[in-house]
Amino acid sequence: MAEEDILSDELLRQLISVGEVDILVGLHTYNHAKTIGHVVQVIREGLLKYFPRERVAILNADGGSQDGTRELIRAAAISDSRSGSGLATLRTLHSISSQYGNAPAPGTALHMVVAAADLLRAKACAIIAPESSQILPDWTDRLLRPIYREHFDFVAPVYRRHRFEGMLVTNLMYPMTSALFGKQIREPRPSEFAFSSELAGRLLGHELWSADAGRLGPEVCFTVEALSDGLRVFQTFLGPKGRLEQQSPDLVAALRQTVGPLFWSMERTGATWQAQNEIHAVPTAGPEYDLTTESVAVGGERLHQMFCSGVVDLEQVLKSILSPGTLTQLQHAATLQESEFQFTDELWVRTIYEFAASYHHAVINRDHILQALAPLYRGRAYAFLTENSDASPEVFEARIEALCSTFERSKPYLLELWTAMEGGS
Amino acid sequence: MGDMIVNELGQAWNEFARALAHLLPRLLALLIIAVVGWVIAYVLKIVVRSVLRLVRFDRLSEKAGAAQLLNTAALPSPSELLCQLVFWLAWLGIILAGISSLGSPGVQHHIADFFLFLPRLFAALFMIFLGMLAASFFARAALLAAVNSDLPSPQLLSDAVKVIIVVLAVSMAFEELGLAQRTVLIAFSIVFGALMLGLAIAFGMGGRDLAREFLERRFSQTRLRKKRADVLPPL
Repeated sequence: MAEEDILSDELLRQLISVGEVDILVGLHTYNHAKTIGHVVQVIREGLLKYFPRERVAILNADGGSQDGTRELIRAAAISDSRSGSGLATLRTLHSISSQYGNAPAPGTALHMVVAAADLLRAKACAIIAPESSQILPDWTDRLLRPIYREHFDFVAPVYRRHRFEGMLVTNLMYPMTSALFGKQIREPRPSEFAFSSELAGRLLGHELWSADAGRLGPEVCFTVEALSDGLRVFQTFLGPKGRLEQQSPDLVAALRQTVGPLFWSMERTGATWQAQNEIHAVPTAGPEYDLTTESVAVGGERLHQMFCSGVVDLEQVLKSILSPGTLTQLQHAATLQESEFQFTDELWVRTIYEFAASYHHAVINRDHILQALAPLYRGRAYAFLTENSDASPEVFEARIEALCSTFERSKPYLLELWTAMEGGS
Repeated sequence: MGDMIVNELGQAWNEFARALAHLLPRLLALLIIAVVGWVIAYVLKIVVRSVLRLVRFDRLSEKAGAAQLLNTAALPSPSELLCQLVFWLAWLGIILAGISSLGSPGVQHHIADFFLFLPRLFAALFMIFLGMLAASFFARAALLAAVNSDLPSPQLLSDAVKVIIVVLAVSMAFEELGLAQRTVLIAFSIVFGALMLGLAIAFGMGGRDLAREFLERRFSQTRLRKKRADVLPPL
């Protein structure tokens, strides 16, 4: 969708009346009335405290909320010089809300914010998740300061997480992104992040907005673009991400939002990641990781059972994606009892790289490839849970780093797969 | 008497010789047409094979699942099958055109019918091909959805989807060819109806618990939430 199409006439009028801004904060909402009031209040407080002299605006891209979300955001505008919290602003704080459709579409929402940031000539733009109930006023500073004052181009978050929370990130997204692009970004699919006007300008006419991957998981495409373009990347510690039970465990949807966009982005950035051989640490404000270890209810047996039945039922599908050797190892793993079950780092990395190559060569429908990964992820998650059930945060972190090394070491295998099928067909 | 017999025999022989003299060149022409036709059909086959290789037809068929289906049915690869089809149709068409040159009005009528039948034959083959592609795609989609939803017997569900689509495609193809239309329609109705009835009975009676679980999962959010709580969030 072109820039002029993504910004409706009504939104364009509002943006023109705002004029130029220094900082823009984007919020993508859909029926978030329960949390949005608090989130907007904290954002406003942060902006007033840390950026009192800057021209700032909050832009809400709404997917058709029916619960009054938009009204709550509009009410956050400050037209006088004093807010309820007693903090003074030297400028007007604009709060704009625009509806882009009747269903949530993360890609469209982010595209709208990027287009608005470009139009308003915002020097720094932050995206905040509307369900971030743990948000603090200094998040705006932590996200925006590196862009606005220190001229970084992309700021990714680091969250305090339970060690078993976000295993798709710790077991796939983080190690694979690090191995491919040589920069250790803890959250390649961030809920909160910030970007510069330069990155916004580069992404405005990007093809990601019209691709399925970009529509479903634009955050991953954003991260990959920042990493592959040689831009200045920064990480900032934000604190706890949220409680486990508040998040959706729909695995296939999660794969479409993360692994799909990563595989898709690999196609576009082939020249960059194929030439990348070393991994470098990314400058980080605060701790690089913060893991908690309180006990959580985990349905491990179900993961094991779904892995075993999935490998058997999907044999024909997996045959067209995986090499015979990898498939045989997975089939062997599926015959093991829970007490003997193993899913080694090497097998996991080979499996992921073969999936990535099959996605690249489109051996079958690409969405089917992503769906076929779900049972295998469950097996890996089960093995990881059982192996690390008593691990301390330090030991756990060491295991994640070992997995990163395996991804890095096996990169030549990915390159071989990536080009082999092209030559053979 | 004897002269008459000899005379008649001579006349018959002359007529036979005349008919033979009339027919032999045509047979020879037909033979030449058949040989030339074979060469043309063979060249056409090679051209088609090259074009299909150029557009990676076999890979496209593999992606769509048609190659696996043909493999299961012990048939050659899709491109080979298409090449053979082109070869035989071209050769048969040229031979029939040659036969029509023999000048028999009855034969000419049948040959005209054959050529009129060809477009319908191609349409029917195309329908079956598309049906096989659709069957393969939707069967795989059903299998993946069933596996990831932890439904029982996902393979059975996938096979049922495939059978329904293939039966539908074959019925449409027969309808297009005009072959046993009523029989095919009735057979399809019986197969489809039996399948649906079977599924309804199996789901409603044989799988009462499953039906209850499905409906509860569909309409009861509390149970769903309870079930969700025991799985860790992937993100």
